[in-house]
Amino acid sequence: MNIPIEYYLILSGFMFLVGVAGVLTRRNAIIVFMSIELMLNSANLSLVTFSSYMGNSTGQLFVFFVMTVAAAEAAVGLAIILAMFRNKLTLNIDDINILKW
Amino acid sequence: MVQLIYLTTLLPLLGFLFNGLFGSKIKNEKIIGIIGSSTIGISFLIVVGAFFQTLSMPVDQRQTIVNLFTWIKVGNLDVNVSYQVDQLSLLMGLIVTGVGFIIHVYSIGYMHGDKGFGRFFAYLNLFIFAMMNLVLGSNFLLLFLGWEGVGLCSYLLIGFWYDRKFEKSTTSDAAKKAFIVNRIGDFGFLLGIFLIYLTFGSLNFNDVFARAASLNIPQYVFNFIALFLFIGAMGKSAQIPLYIWLPDAMAGPTPVSALIHAATMVTAGVYMVARCSIIYASAPAIMEFVAIIGALTAIFAASIALVQNDIKKVLAYSTVSQLGYMFLALGVGAFSAALFHVMTHAFFKALLFLGAGSVIHGMHDEQNIQNYGGLKKYMPKTYVTFLIASLAIAGIPPLSGFFSKDEILWSSYADGNIIYWLIGVVTALLTAFYMFRLVSLTFDGKERFGHDKHPHESPAVMTIPLIILAVLAAVGGFIGIPEIFSGEHGNQFDNWLEPIFQPAQAKIAMFGVHSSLEEIVLMVVTLVGVIGSIYAARYIYIKNIKPAEKLSKRFNGVYNLLLNKYYVDEIYDASVVTPIVKGSEIVLWKFADIKIIDGLINGVANLIEKISGSIRKIQTGVAQFYALIMMLGIVAALFWIILSL
Repeated sequence: MNIPIEYYLILSGFMFLVGVAGVLTRRNAIIVFMSIELMLNSANLSLVTFSSYMGNSTGQLFVFFVMTVAAAEAAVGLAIILAMFRNKLTLNIDDINILKW
Repeated sequence: MVQLIYLTTLLPLLGFLFNGLFGSKIKNEKIIGIIGSSTIGISFLIVVGAFFQTLSMPVDQRQTIVNLFTWIKVGNLDVNVSYQVDQLSLLMGLIVTGVGFIIHVYSIGYMHGDKGFGRFFAYLNLFIFAMMNLVLGSNFLLLFLGWEGVGLCSYLLIGFWYDRKFEKSTTSDAAKKAFIVNRIGDFGFLLGIFLIYLTFGSLNFNDVFARAASLNIPQYVFNFIALFLFIGAMGKSAQIPLYIWLPDAMAGPTPVSALIHAATMVTAGVYMVARCSIIYASAPAIMEFVAIIGALTAIFAASIALVQNDIKKVLAYSTVSQLGYMFLALGVGAFSAALFHVMTHAFFKALLFLGAGSVIHGMHDEQNIQNYGGLKKYMPKTYVTFLIASLAIAGIPPLSGFFSKDEILWSSYADGNIIYWLIGVVTALLTAFYMFRLVSLTFDGKERFGHDKHPHESPAVMTIPLIILAVLAAVGGFIGIPEIFSGEHGNQFDNWLEPIFQPAQAKIAMFGVHSSLEEIVLMVVTLVGVIGSIYAARYIYIKNIKPAEKLSKRFNGVYNLLLNKYYVDEIYDASVVTPIVKGSEIVLWKFADIKIIDGLINGVANLIEKISGSIRKIQTGVAQFYALIMMLGIVAALFWIILSL
């Protein structure tokens, strides 16, 4: 059976919107961080989709790079969140607004 | 020797560098003094050698240009550092290094124990360096370099004792006054140099003077050049209205007053006008102006000197007055008479100042002549030399001042204007009077100083220079014996300088025919007046002070006018200094600076602060708000791309 490409793209777009909603609305830093990962993975999904649809492996190859970078980014991001927690004893990003006028 | 003339500037420069750099490290005054004096002494010997070498040359080849190096070469402007050795510069060079050397030696004694001993000799050497550049330079720019250099040294040396009080203020105020007043003159001088370059296309003396004599140049250009140059001379040589700095310059050490403010620097203006004689000869109106200023200065300053009580102030006003004589001579076209008086004046006025220094030294820095009296038995050598100098300046034959002053008086009479002669004679009488008032109050009569003072004769290092200068002041006039006495050889001094002034003299319709009988009659008239004036002064100030007191009471107004120097300083204060100070404070500072300039800058800053104050609220610090904006931005950008496809 052959699943049409639209399904993949709709799923990818939906995942992206969920991620955006999460980033914009949630107050817990960890969840915001996870939402960002979600957006990243939705982009990965559409890359793989187009790669298989076009019969070109470049997109899939690129996904591996993205995942590698995402892993590194997760390490750095989590370290920042940890450091932030140690300083402020909270993960509520409304309380972490020191970078302003 | 002529080719070695550059050493006369190089050696003092080296002396300046040595004493300036190491003077404060070397504790030994002898080393400093010997180095400081020997550089000038060797320079003097070189000038003497150059003088005799030049003397042995034929008259028409007595000018040598010693070219050292190219200084400035831009476009048509080509200025070399080159020295012009001729009759005029050799004469000035002899005076500067000769009198300079004597005063250097004297300073070793006078400045003994001063904490700025090395600094003093460094400045003196720098002064000689600048002054030699002034008199030797073969172009106007080098002359100007020396001109500014001597002004700088004058400033440094007037303010030498910068921590001492002087009259109502400090010595540094007197130094600033000298510098600023000189700047006014220098400004005129600079304008003159610019105009010379514009008119003649060169700054070299030889080119300029040759073109001035040959080219067809409008009269008014000559007038302006001569006038601007003379404004420079007014400042440097202390003529009305720029003479006010010289009396205040007495704040400096006495050898400085002798060297700079009597013998050499103040005569730079006379030298410069004489050097440019051809330009002045082409501007008769300005010549007249020079003569008027000179005559007025002579009598004006002499009248102030009559009542001053500070020994150095009397001599300072006397210097201003004698400089007036020199300009009177220049103005009537008697250039060599002016230079003759420069020379004799250098001898007797330097001697008077050094004698005054010796008195001040012996009286422990007391300068008021009312507190002297009867010093001749304590300081015999100083007294005799001072007396010789006073007789010389008064014009008693056969001392040097008689010949030079008589030549000036005769020239001003022969020029056809009896007023100048009359002013000259009255000034001569006043000069004799105030000089013998000074001598009588200082050396004769009762002792008017307290028992805490123990006057003593100065050491040999100071008295020997006095004796040398006294000999020069006594016999220095013999090289310029007027024609009527010397017969067919004529006036040796005039003959020596004749080639320099010949082009100028040719232009001026000189001297109507006067009999020699007339000259002798005038000479005798002046002489009788001077001797009478001396006797009057001696009678009043030794035997019977009453007539003078009566006179000063009777003419109280005049007396106070003279005592306060015609209130010229006060007038300048009210008319120039105060308006400038107040104007700067109220208009420039309080209004232009604070209101306009500060207001503009602060206004711009305030405006930016107001605008940014409202804009910066966008930066909330809430990361999600930034993310939202970014998202909306991306969506908007996407829409725009899609729609434009």
